[in-house]
Amino acid sequence: MNPFAYHTPETQEEVLTLLHEHGDEAKLMAGGTALVIMMKQRLVMPETLISLHRLRGLDAVRQVNGDLHLGALLTHRAAETSSLVRTRLPVLAETYRHVATVRIRNVATVGGALAHADPNQDPPVTLLALDARVQLTSVDGSREVPLTDFFTDYYETVLRPDELLTAIRVPIPLPHTGSAYVKFLPRTADDYATVGVAATVRLDPATGTCQDCRIALGSVGSTPLRALQAEGVVRGQRLTPELLREAGAVAQQQTDPISDTRGSAEYKRAMAGVFVRRALEQAWRHAQAGS
Amino acid sequence: MTQTITLRVNGKEHTVEVPVQRLLIDCLRYDLGLTGTKEGCSVGVCGACTVLMDGQMISSCLTLAVLADGRELRTVEGLAQPDGTLSPVQQAFIDYGGFQCGICTPGMVTAATALLEANPRPTEDDIKEWMMGNLCRCTGYYKIIASIQGAAARLRGEETP
Repeated sequence: MNPFAYHTPETQEEVLTLLHEHGDEAKLMAGGTALVIMMKQRLVMPETLISLHRLRGLDAVRQVNGDLHLGALLTHRAAETSSLVRTRLPVLAETYRHVATVRIRNVATVGGALAHADPNQDPPVTLLALDARVQLTSVDGSREVPLTDFFTDYYETVLRPDELLTAIRVPIPLPHTGSAYVKFLPRTADDYATVGVAATVRLDPATGTCQDCRIALGSVGSTPLRALQAEGVVRGQRLTPELLREAGAVAQQQTDPISDTRGSAEYKRAMAGVFVRRALEQAWRHAQAGS
Repeated sequence: MTQTITLRVNGKEHTVEVPVQRLLIDCLRYDLGLTGTKEGCSVGVCGACTVLMDGQMISSCLTLAVLADGRELRTVEGLAQPDGTLSPVQQAFIDYGGFQCGICTPGMVTAATALLEANPRPTEDDIKEWMMGNLCRCTGYYKIIASIQGAAARLRGEETP
């Protein structure tokens, strides 16, 4: 690993000032589980490393009106075991629980993972289906960005070099909403998925038709993506095997996977259709069960 | 750039000057001479380098030594009693044949120690989920699970060695 100048700011103001001063030459490190590997492999060689481990106050979970706010420095393990996350957003707690291993989840943070923007990760998929937003802060102020507009390419986001991702804001689903995250793991449980799919379905309790639906996919493009056309297919409809098949078929058209050890592009696209079907059906059943 | 850091390892304080890019595993092994912790994959997957920092298991191959400044660390060298009596987890790994070649064992017993401190009565599924990040290339998983179940029973006083 190449040497770097090392900073351990203790307040958000210090972090933002350092980012303002160093810009592109600096890297922020939260848990470091992804960044340290990239630094060891010399894929990333920052002149300045700003470690956030002494920064306090960014690791809380709070309910604010109809949203759950996750502090960016919350670890995956803390998110997975938080009683607020488990009761208000059980699908998100379960998604965090299925990231890598306990040892990684003890350290990796929810904000760091989004800023890392690896399209093979699980949480961004579920967060997209939950319509989450992220708060980005710099010395010039703060802005809120819908997660749908956050990712731009492999490991690329709209984060400016002087900005710190400070929080994830997730709307708590309305009544009669069900959600699910399913992923296809042909190798080991801690591996990246061939495809991961999250779905949320809100039903009209009187008619049983779908009032609202969101579908998101991971590992099948340069960013995690929303299957907007497939969502349009599902809205206003009743649950039938034909509907699930059509939604899967439409969603897989939107994918652009690459061939690798987890499957050829064609195979991943086909599996995307299958897993959209499964995620939708699970979400629908949860909505019917009132969870 | 170097930095002077203080690590409290297995109850003993060490002050060392390290380059800021030094990894915790290298600091433990080469600066402090604690070679019980092993390096396997170097990318946080295999679990051979597992140590406990402030009671939580972490990959020492993905942790900068400067990040551990002022923190409490436990390594495999700190599990046995000062007179050499093995911990219940270590003894159970011997009694139940929980290892063959031994390269994964320091990480396994350290991770299992953390598990039984967090959950004294783990189910087999709890053990599998917790230990998923510790790989054994001798395919000794069932005996490792039996070792942890045995250690748990002994720690609860339900079984004697």
